[in-house]
Amino acid sequence: MLQESSDNRLSRRKFMRLSGLTTAAITVGYYFKAFGNDTVAEFLTGEGAEAMGIELTAWIAVDQNGKVILYNHRSEMGQGSFQSVPQILAEELEVNLDDVRVEFAKGYQGRYGSQITGGSSTIRGAYKQLLQSGATAREMLIEAAAATWGVPKTACYASNGQVFHKPDGKKLAYGDLVEKASKLTPPKDVPLKARKDYKLIGQSLPRIDNPPKLNGTAIFGLDKTVPGMLIAMVERNPRFMGKVKSFDAKAALAVPGVKEVFKVSMPVFAFTRQGVAVVATNTFACMQARKVLKVEWDDSGFEHLDTEGLFKKMETDLGKTGNTVKEKGGFEPLWEQGSQKLEAIYRTPYEAHSCMEPLNCVAHFQGDKIQVWGPIQAPDWVQSDLAKRYKLKPEVVEVNMTFLGGGFGRKAFVDYTTEAVEISKQIKAPVKVVWSREDDMAQGPFRPGALYHCRAVLKNGKIEGLRARMAAQNMDLQNSPKFKPDAPNASMMEGLCENYLENIAHYRFSDVPTESPVPVMWWRSVYSSTNTFAFESFMDELALAAGKDPLAFRLEHITDKRVVAMLKKLAEISGWDTRKKGSGMGLAMAECFGSYTGQVVQLQKDESGVPRIKKVFAVIDCGWYVNPDIVRQQVEGSIQMGYGAAVVHETHFSDGKAVEQNFDTYQMPRMGDIPEIIVHIMENDEAAGGAGEPALPPFAPALCNAFFDITGKRIRQLPFLPEAV
Amino acid sequence: MPTYNLSVNGKNFPVEAEANTPLLWVLRDVVGLTGTKYGCGIAQCGACTVHFNGSPVRSCSVAVSAASRAKITTVEGLSPDNSHPVQKAWIAEQVPQCGYCQSGQMMAAAALLRTNPNPADEDITVALQGNICRCGTYTRIHKAVKTAAEMMRQG
Repeated sequence: MLQESSDNRLSRRKFMRLSGLTTAAITVGYYFKAFGNDTVAEFLTGEGAEAMGIELTAWIAVDQNGKVILYNHRSEMGQGSFQSVPQILAEELEVNLDDVRVEFAKGYQGRYGSQITGGSSTIRGAYKQLLQSGATAREMLIEAAAATWGVPKTACYASNGQVFHKPDGKKLAYGDLVEKASKLTPPKDVPLKARKDYKLIGQSLPRIDNPPKLNGTAIFGLDKTVPGMLIAMVERNPRFMGKVKSFDAKAALAVPGVKEVFKVSMPVFAFTRQGVAVVATNTFACMQARKVLKVEWDDSGFEHLDTEGLFKKMETDLGKTGNTVKEKGGFEPLWEQGSQKLEAIYRTPYEAHSCMEPLNCVAHFQGDKIQVWGPIQAPDWVQSDLAKRYKLKPEVVEVNMTFLGGGFGRKAFVDYTTEAVEISKQIKAPVKVVWSREDDMAQGPFRPGALYHCRAVLKNGKIEGLRARMAAQNMDLQNSPKFKPDAPNASMMEGLCENYLENIAHYRFSDVPTESPVPVMWWRSVYSSTNTFAFESFMDELALAAGKDPLAFRLEHITDKRVVAMLKKLAEISGWDTRKKGSGMGLAMAECFGSYTGQVVQLQKDESGVPRIKKVFAVIDCGWYVNPDIVRQQVEGSIQMGYGAAVVHETHFSDGKAVEQNFDTYQMPRMGDIPEIIVHIMENDEAAGGAGEPALPPFAPALCNAFFDITGKRIRQLPFLPEAV
Repeated sequence: MPTYNLSVNGKNFPVEAEANTPLLWVLRDVVGLTGTKYGCGIAQCGACTVHFNGSPVRSCSVAVSAASRAKITTVEGLSPDNSHPVQKAWIAEQVPQCGYCQSGQMMAAAALLRTNPNPADEDITVALQGNICRCGTYTRIHKAVKTAAEMMRQG
């Protein structure tokens, strides 16, 4: 049996105490028989797991009062996991969502499997286990009721937190059954409900996390306090791999409230960035002290690039053959001989994530134990990183998720958490490290800028051969201190609808990784966010060259029924087939994280003749989904973020530093920019796909294709200002 | 350090702070009301919007010394139980995603509706143009302001 100890392993008793449950309760969860294999899960009760010495994923607990606690294993950064995860569990558990309390699980990969909130994976990565957990607990409660009544299980059913006996209508509440149920062996392979029988899934139920977000009670990372906590800010070297040569803390230490000033290092992938930490009793004192802190930087050993220098490097790289990512047939001989050929180069910018909540982290290093609280997208990564760094067992590294004020990929990275622990270790006290907006925006990691060179050969109005080459930083290469230019970047095809390739005889996709000290990281929809601009703009150019309607041209290269249905629905809701040519409509599509998305942007010229967005029509096929209103929110949000990167903002570099540091220069889309967005969700029986990101990639190419339609001008570089063209 | 008497949500808070400390940090670090958010520190994003004698201001750019004789209302002062029409409308339209910017958005909306109970589309856009949302909830915010206005008219 597991002993209750000071560590954060979740023994059943500790779980009950922490959850405020009555002593008798049924807890059902699962564990992964093979570590790292998230697909083979075994379902156990809390007792069963303890007897076997197994750490259980405690998804669900029902106590004698019928109180249900569901643990959400993923971050809530706006994408709605706090609503959709419980909505799945409650469906098969047959409880009312109002009787359910939702709590964040702690970071623990051994227990929850991957907890990275990334790749739009919360639902598609776990929904089958979530359904099965709920169904397993429900069957045990039914079995307990049947045994109590001495009737066959098959004569009983569960609904609304109670078990009913069909023939005579007698009933028992879950609370009265938990003691008996908890002693049963969980049944294997409980059949799941058919979709038509769902009561909660498929409903636009209001989000559970909304009420606390509207009266100031929701705790984001920046709101977290722990007893004895001090505040710290760090003046980091503004150049990405820079170090501290020396510093003078005298004036900073004279600021009232300032306690300590010292040098601190932060890991940035395989590299290190140094800075000077200012620790004080309050945030404003830290800000004031930074202003008078004198630091001399060591900026040797790496390039100090500017934006044009970076893109020049990419331009040179684009001339190289590059690493083959995927290839079929022989494109090059075809290109030599082809009679109808087209080529184009597309450019997309570097971008900052700019979550509305700047980075922050609360940490308490206690020698034999570490506690962390914060807006964290990857609690299990934080846990394993800290355990390794401080040579501790993962059990004593407690990682607590708060609400995240946006994430978009930035908060899945372990630099800020490690730095906070390092500062706590130094001051021997709990600390909240606060990043200013300027720190957050200017220090990266950024979305990598990219150049694409596309070539195609047309024959009889169809694509015979296609070649696309990307020159951009490869995020994966940052994990090694030595640059390895020969590793292909498999992500260079993200966003492309793979079905195209089945209908193109010759193709080659390749990449040339650009070497740069700029740290880069996932940015909502990752490489799809830039790839799709190139792929789907080029598809439009090819359609034009072939003398065909852009949608009809795509349909000639798409055979997958699912994608065809999505495109036809898009045509239907946007009135594509009856539009007038030159009326300002453009179309694009993407395949991203298991979902298909298509968008039509409709433009209209304003009084001064500048095309403005009138409407966006969006279709998403994300297969099985939970809450349609949350899917719609994600589509709307993705379009608005895509609009920002297409039209409004770009991070520039100058002399090795980011230029845009705050919202005065890194402008954001604002209310007046955003048009009406019409969202349609496809209904089918396909497996669940992602919803948080897939609607971002098609926006920029759909916009630029519409811009061409209305002006005859082709946009191949983002961001672009419609009034400046 | 000087002491100031702040009136926040109808209660008095004697606070000790340097005179130039922004009201935002006094509210968050000293008074302990964390519903008002830090977003940019330079009055560009609106996340820190509070009411200053009924008018919306960016609390990151108001010194505590200037706030000591004003009536300050924060998001916590709209209502603790989400019964203010703006809060109700935000739930009805399911506005929040991450939720971080929403206290500022709601304070801007509540201030607008007090002076303009029947705002036109353009009035809403102008009043909320200073509030950034990165999740992309603008279309819902716009709709929720209209819903709140309707709720207020019906009492």
